[in-house]
Amino acid sequence: MEKVFQETRAAWAFIERNFNLVKRYWKWELVFFVYTVANSVTMGFIGKGIENFSGVVVDTQYLILYMLLGSILWGYLSILFEVVAETVAWERWEETIEYTFMAPVSRATHLLSVCGFSIFYGLLRSGLILLVVSVFFNLDLQGANILAAGGVLGIASLSFIGLGMIASILPLISPEKGVQVVHIFQALLLMFSGVYYEVEVLPHWMQMVGRISPATYALRGMRAAILEGEGFWSLWMHWTPLLLMGIIMLPMGILIFSWMETFAKRRGLLKRNG
Amino acid sequence: MTQKDPNKALEIHTVDKVFIKRKNKQIKAVDQVQFSVGRGEIFGVLGPNGSGKSTLIRMISTLLVPDHGTIEVFGYDSVKEAMMVRKLINRVSAEASFFKKLSAMENLLFTAGLYGIPKPYARKKLMEIFKRVGLPAKRVHDPLEDFSRGMQQKVAIARAFLTTPALLLLDEPTTGLDPRAKKEVQSLILEIQKENQTTVLLTTHDMVEADQLCERVAIIHDGRISAIGTAQDLKMKASRNGSVCTLEEVFMFFTGSQLVQYEDEMIAEVS
Repeated sequence: MEKVFQETRAAWAFIERNFNLVKRYWKWELVFFVYTVANSVTMGFIGKGIENFSGVVVDTQYLILYMLLGSILWGYLSILFEVVAETVAWERWEETIEYTFMAPVSRATHLLSVCGFSIFYGLLRSGLILLVVSVFFNLDLQGANILAAGGVLGIASLSFIGLGMIASILPLISPEKGVQVVHIFQALLLMFSGVYYEVEVLPHWMQMVGRISPATYALRGMRAAILEGEGFWSLWMHWTPLLLMGIIMLPMGILIFSWMETFAKRRGLLKRNG
Repeated sequence: MTQKDPNKALEIHTVDKVFIKRKNKQIKAVDQVQFSVGRGEIFGVLGPNGSGKSTLIRMISTLLVPDHGTIEVFGYDSVKEAMMVRKLINRVSAEASFFKKLSAMENLLFTAGLYGIPKPYARKKLMEIFKRVGLPAKRVHDPLEDFSRGMQQKVAIARAFLTTPALLLLDEPTTGLDPRAKKEVQSLILEIQKENQTTVLLTTHDMVEADQLCERVAIIHDGRISAIGTAQDLKMKASRNGSVCTLEEVFMFFTGSQLVQYEDEMIAEVS
């Protein structure tokens, strides 16, 4: 029982530390918040402007929501992915990595508590962005199934955290280039997953790659719930692959991270600050 | 099967560590190192820069895996029983290593959480430790980046003592400190070590510090232990013509051969 208490205290310590860091770096938080809001609003206006430059009559309201959903959901998934993937990079930057890794905490507790923080923080930030963005557009969410969308989002979070954990090994094994590779990985996810377009517009080989990205299913599921008002159970073809990916990727992420930690300890890679 | 000695805090058996650098260049950082440290002892590891001191500390801290040999902390293997070892140790290194934007209190409460220490108890203990290290109560909520180097090092010592380690690893803890801060840190280490009967492994290239603090010392050079014993023993070994020598002379005696050899080679090459 004492072991459970100890791990719980450690988990809370990670979450609290991350919130303290957010608090202290509030100016950067503000910068990124304004940047994301500007991005989302731009996407919304692109949707609104389609009719003007194409000359074709389209459902503008639908397009605005389509683009905004892509932008906000991508923002949320990016936060999840980045917070988890950059866990090691932060610690290298702050030069605390050795102290965290020599503490008597299981790596699963360490990683899962960072994931817990990222979900909470991501939801808070995305909710705020949605609130600000809605001022710019007359959003009609009457037919939207918010609960179903929330369900899809929750399941998508699992697989994204797993993916983030796998990506976080990059800064662990490559102090200098790890973070850059994580960003490349993230950019590719954006391209293959149909954030601002349907994956069907992509060349066939890219669609194949898109099928193994959890973001593809998350976006489709969320859009179907918000734009078409579909119920959670009728969205099974979107959340089932997400659930499967989550079940596989989450433990796989912890396992691969542990293997790579041992590798880093053999090669002396924890020491360098990058 | 080897018998565990209950009086031993640390046992290092023929440990090797090789780092592979670019172009597959191999650097033997630690080479067949073997020694043990008794419970409650302050043991010094002296050596020049790059001699393998920090690598040794990192291996004991479970941050590096030895290529060969074993390290036991109170009988627990540093690789197979790493979690048990982590519960028994803490470390202070030359760099204070904190989240610089966070306050001393926030940083140390984070450490308390990682070691499973309940928050109310940690707060109380921290205030006592802060008082002892001379950190004014009004500054405990200031960001660490506003602290002087000496003050940061005192917070680092507070972090180590917060977890009451049975084995404290001090990796050049006074490097870069001014003489006053150095003195304060040294007396703090001695004071708290005596109080808790903590075993201390201190690496340093400050001979005066080693002479004052350590009961026994090992001199490490090019990854190998070249001498081990009490400061007095080593002074005897290194003395010439019966004259009393300093620990600095002992250090030069046991680590100077390579330098002399290198100089000889250079002279031969030039001529």
